Amino acid sequence: MSDQPSLTLTDNGAGALLARGAWTVANVELLERICDDAVREEIGPIDLSHVTALDTVGAWLFEKLARRNPDQSPETTLVGVPDSYAGLLAEVHGLNRAESSARRSENSFINQLARSARNLAADGIAFLHMLGAVSAALLGVLRRPRSFRLTSTVYQIGRVGWQAIPIMALITFLIGAIIAQQGIFHFRKFGAESYVVDMVGILVLREIGVLIVAIMVAGRSGSAYTAELGSMKMREEIDALSTMGLDPVSVLILPRVLALIVALPILAFLGSMAALYGGGLVAWLYGGMSPAIFIARLREAVSITHFEVGILKAPFMALVIGLVAACEGLKVKGSAESLGQQTTASVVKSIFLVIVLDGVFAVFFASIGM
Amino acid sequence: MADQRIAICVRDLVVGFGERVVLDHLSLDVREGEILGLVGASGGGKSVLLRSLVGLLRPRSGEIEFPASGEGEAVRRGVLFQQGALFSALNARQNIQFPLREAAHLSPSLLDEIANAKLEMVGLSAEDGDKFPAELSGGMTKRVALARALALDPALLFLDEPTSGLDPIAAGEFDALIATLQSTLGFTVFMITHDLNTLAAVCDRVAALADGKIAALGPLPDVLASEHPWVKAYFHGARAQMLHLGA
Repeated sequence: MSDQPSLTLTDNGAGALLARGAWTVANVELLERICDDAVREEIGPIDLSHVTALDTVGAWLFEKLARRNPDQSPETTLVGVPDSYAGLLAEVHGLNRAESSARRSENSFINQLARSARNLAADGIAFLHMLGAVSAALLGVLRRPRSFRLTSTVYQIGRVGWQAIPIMALITFLIGAIIAQQGIFHFRKFGAESYVVDMVGILVLREIGVLIVAIMVAGRSGSAYTAELGSMKMREEIDALSTMGLDPVSVLILPRVLALIVALPILAFLGSMAALYGGGLVAWLYGGMSPAIFIARLREAVSITHFEVGILKAPFMALVIGLVAACEGLKVKGSAESLGQQTTASVVKSIFLVIVLDGVFAVFFASIGM
Repeated sequence: MADQRIAICVRDLVVGFGERVVLDHLSLDVREGEILGLVGASGGGKSVLLRSLVGLLRPRSGEIEFPASGEGEAVRRGVLFQQGALFSALNARQNIQFPLREAAHLSPSLLDEIANAKLEMVGLSAEDGDKFPAELSGGMTKRVALARALALDPALLFLDEPTSGLDPIAAGEFDALIATLQSTLGFTVFMITHDLNTLAAVCDRVAALADGKIAALGPLPDVLASEHPWVKAYFHGARAQMLHLGA
């Protein structure tokens, strides 16, 4: 509508104003300026008889002006109100009376810090809770082996283990090849190329093999677990299980966690072999070291201890990934957005914990001399 | 009813999907300032009619006009979807502010005040504005969705089963809320409903959709007296009879 709104002084008494035009959301910028100017002066009765259109925004602005002089009742402040607007103005008159609480302060730095700390503590407790629940479910299975969900576990092993082999082997193969290439390139400067075999062997078997595989599994299978459990939670499937007298932990979570614990060491072993193969291939094609020499040097350089150190870590990493995925999955609330958030959180947290765990193991093995 | 101006004028509307014709030369007038309730069989084209009216479906032929709005002016309309359709990434207040924010440049403080005013209009409190859609109960979701539909003070309000999924008390309150807001703000309501109580309590006129056409139209007593077989079955079936006996 083209009716420009305006608010002008008239000579009908102190501060008497006349409103004209369309007081609607379309003109809100102009209206806000008019009202800001008006509140600097004393407000008398406002004549609304020339207002051509009014919506909630306009009515609210009139109401705000009227509230500027508290000693007068609204009937005397807003005069000449056309019948068609009376209902709306009366409705708006009763609104926004409650003092707004100071909700802005919630976003202060200190509050955010406190909230993060609280979340961290809650996460820790939820993790321990899940560890306890899974242990209890495992004990229940040991007491009554027939309640074990073998089919589900085997299916999950197939999903997170068997189907993951090609991508895991490819990536660890490439990592092994890259380590060997970099080693040869830099060791060549001081004629220590043959030590590349030691470096690749020890690094891959002790650390890289299992770590890369664990990170890949966290991204590939941990996220899938969280998304599955989260959407089951959203659609009340988990509640449905509980009402049938079944424990969701032993039906859904235990098979998944056990599958990871079985699959991750196997994947770590295959990954380490693929990395050694990649390293050997690069040593042969790029470094000119024949496979026979590579294998002979590898036999001297690594002992079974290195392999044990690597593979021993795998089940613990699997446990951490599985538990974090389950915790985050059960934290999903009703919305699709929350599902996405928890899936992201699951991957980030499990990768972080896997690396922390790796560090703890490094300290442990160093102190027991392995 | 003094005001006989027409808000929505539908003429010979045909809507179909592939081989199937859902609306078959349907004509309907919705008067300005009335609450029109539309009943019909599930899958009978009620939602298709509503989606055609709000422009989500393109009709094969026929005309939909909004004579009450000026020439070349966009129709100011609000839609309350059956599940609320609140944006899950925004809290209740931001959901209400969203259309306002798109329509005009309001200052943040005025945006908050308007959103809080709308929340109070639909019977919620300003504190409820901080909640996210996932934290709202069914009744509250409908109320926030209604507040969002009313954000731009529409002249036309479309409601898709506003009371479905609510308990009778909440449904009754919601009916009363729509009636109150309609009488204060003076908009026209086009409502799909299966709730016979809603039809009786708030609707000025009732339209029955059967076989892709309007089979009966008028105040509820007239529609009840209709001889159309589907309309008879709908209003005089066992479930409907129970309500009549109870009342």
